[in-house]
Amino acid sequence: MAAPPLLALHRIEKNHGGVRALRGVDFELHAGEVHALLGENGAGKSTLIKVITGAHRPDGGTITFAGQPVADLTPASARALGIACIYQQPALFPDLTVAENIALRLEAPAAARRIDWPARRARASALLARCGARFSPDAEVRALSMPEQQLVEIACALGSGARLVIMDEPTASLTRLEQELLFAVVRDLRLAGVGVVYISHRLEEIFALADRVTVLRDGRTVGTHAIAAIDEPGLIRLMVGREVAQVYPPAESAPGAPVLSLRDVGCTASGVHGVSFTVHSGEIFGLAGLVGAGRTELARVLFGLTPADSGEISLDGQPLALRSPRDAIARGLAYVPEDRRRHGVVLELPIAHNLTMAIHRRLFPGAWLRFGAERALALDYIRDLSVKCAGPEAPGGSLSGGNQQKVALARWLATKPRVLILDEPTQGVDVGAKGEIHRIIRRLAKEGLAVILISSDLPEVIGMSDRIGVMRGGTLHAILPGGSDPHTVMATALGAAA
Amino acid sequence: MKRYFRELSVLGALFVLLVGLTIFAPAFYQPQPLLSLLTREAPALVVACGMACVIITRQIDISVGSVFSVCSVCAGLLAARGWPLPLVLPAAIAVGALLGSINGLLVAGLGLPSIVVTLATMVALRQGLNLIRQGEFVNLPEAVQWFGLSQTAGQLVLVGAALAVLVALSFALRHLAAGRVIYAVGSDAEASRLAGLRPQLATFLVFVFVGALTGLAAMMNLVQSPQIQPLGGAGLELKVIAAVVVGGVAISGGRGNLWGASAGLLLLACISPALTHLRVEAYWEKAIQGTIIILAVAAEGLRGRRGGTRP
Repeated sequence: MAAPPLLALHRIEKNHGGVRALRGVDFELHAGEVHALLGENGAGKSTLIKVITGAHRPDGGTITFAGQPVADLTPASARALGIACIYQQPALFPDLTVAENIALRLEAPAAARRIDWPARRARASALLARCGARFSPDAEVRALSMPEQQLVEIACALGSGARLVIMDEPTASLTRLEQELLFAVVRDLRLAGVGVVYISHRLEEIFALADRVTVLRDGRTVGTHAIAAIDEPGLIRLMVGREVAQVYPPAESAPGAPVLSLRDVGCTASGVHGVSFTVHSGEIFGLAGLVGAGRTELARVLFGLTPADSGEISLDGQPLALRSPRDAIARGLAYVPEDRRRHGVVLELPIAHNLTMAIHRRLFPGAWLRFGAERALALDYIRDLSVKCAGPEAPGGSLSGGNQQKVALARWLATKPRVLILDEPTQGVDVGAKGEIHRIIRRLAKEGLAVILISSDLPEVIGMSDRIGVMRGGTLHAILPGGSDPHTVMATALGAAA
Repeated sequence: MKRYFRELSVLGALFVLLVGLTIFAPAFYQPQPLLSLLTREAPALVVACGMACVIITRQIDISVGSVFSVCSVCAGLLAARGWPLPLVLPAAIAVGALLGSINGLLVAGLGLPSIVVTLATMVALRQGLNLIRQGEFVNLPEAVQWFGLSQTAGQLVLVGAALAVLVALSFALRHLAAGRVIYAVGSDAEASRLAGLRPQLATFLVFVFVGALTGLAAMMNLVQSPQIQPLGGAGLELKVIAAVVVGGVAISGGRGNLWGASAGLLLLACISPALTHLRVEAYWEKAIQGTIIILAVAAEGLRGRRGGTRP
């Protein structure tokens, strides 16, 4: 191309204390390009973003923006250049309206200025329309869903006349439809000549959206490729540095006897209705569907959080009344919730405390704590699931996402459950840890557990499950065999003709 | 070491103060005044133990002062009627537990914020007491004072009782599953519910517990004086909460222990006599106490920022 690149990073280095987070990263972004940034957790993506947005000052290397060298980038000067970042968790003010949030970013601050409300609303409406948002500028941000909040962030970026937009895992919590909407916005940005740095763990998105992809590993650029010149195995190879022979471990055993049966189960409060299926011992039963299809709601019914008010649930042929998590745990159900950081692992408490939280009664008969037994159990699980940590006394918050997920899983394995419900077990987990978690799930099934696997990652739910239940609108629409065509699963989830 | 940084720094500050006093004001260590100081603080220590549990559970109880007053007056009236102390004691504890259970029901049962609930009960109990008692003092029979023992013996019993409560509760908090539940609920109530614990029950019981301990504290105060003031517990809540926070219990729940809380209480309590012995004007007491509290809260804030979770 004739024009100089919008952004060129050359041999960027950054040290955090003794850790060399970036050891010479080269990165180039042209105007009107969507450039995907890929790498395992800890590869240096977050640090690189912070360098581009001026939050971190690099220890070495040069930054060039639109042909001009930039000596010291600060958050303010980055904004002035037109660099905007849309984070995974939108940083908006929940009690203010959309228009007010947009105004806070875009209008010049002046305490004594009189606010031109109609102009403020008009501007917000125009920006929202540009990104295809269908909510009112007067809506309180608190009432918006996560993807809607992301649209507000994008509207802010558009309004500030951004020339470079960084999107950090923008689709992590989006449904398929919302993703399509977001993709359309990204394509609009590209047409308008904006450079987009797009970060995602989902390879299919990168193939659908990006022009080029740069892979980081251990703080270095390992390669930049035109998207047409590389395929999925090639990308994975670049990321992990080795060939991943089989993405999903194969099933090793045939399902056994029925364990958990649902007949016409419903819960008015959470909108689940008419769900019937049976999970067998040793079986992985996948639950696919769009976000909001009722999968998590169904899991919460099964775990007694929002008890069922119709239908029958039975375990080993015996009817079950599940009124609370305590009931469910006592009957051998276990639930690893979706929001790991909030509810899966207590970040302040040591790993050992986290592990034994659900088995106080069994491990500590007579209510006295037995520290020796607790430590032994913790060490067993740390070894068994290869949790990378400083020891059983390390707080849960000190672990990486994948290792936190293993601790959350271990807590429930310690209850010796019959049925294990996993809600998005690999969300936000890097590729290496993801494979480990998949192997653990397979092994548990082989040991005779009945596993219910909720996942929005379509290849995962198809690759891991023996059977796939597809949910839509609070009920189960079809049960498909494992390894089904992704298009069939998606079409069923969407309610479209296959 | 790092884990107990807050507790160790309070102990360090207390140690520095005590060593300073041996050098500059050895008179501080005369046995009788020192024993009197400890006896005066014994009831507050017992309440502080309960308050620490409440704050670890991520709640707060600012009604302890009013509960203390009500328990004192009830116990005083019973004693004045000639009830023997072994009967008055459980009665005082029961009144405290009952009042605590009202807080507990409102907070745990209805899910109301504890600061509002206990502010309401604090005011309601105080004004109710004013209305009923019209500011009247309760005169106690002489046999009640120091359990009918000599003053020194009585003081030793009280200090011993407070220490026993501290040791027992501290042990229970660390070694009983119930203690573990309190920390878990204070760290993340929803996570502990998902793990099959019962955060509402734990919250309710913790309020009952602090109420009962406040009843016990009222008894420990009762035997120290010939009369019961109508509002003897006014200000107790501030003193106790300050001690607990200074002692390293996180106001955001889930962290801290009773040893830290007692060290915090002693540190704040020693300021006034230390000033007297050092011939500094007593007006400085509140200023110094306030500074210590601000330092403690600032340390908490810094810890929260540094110890933040990984992105």
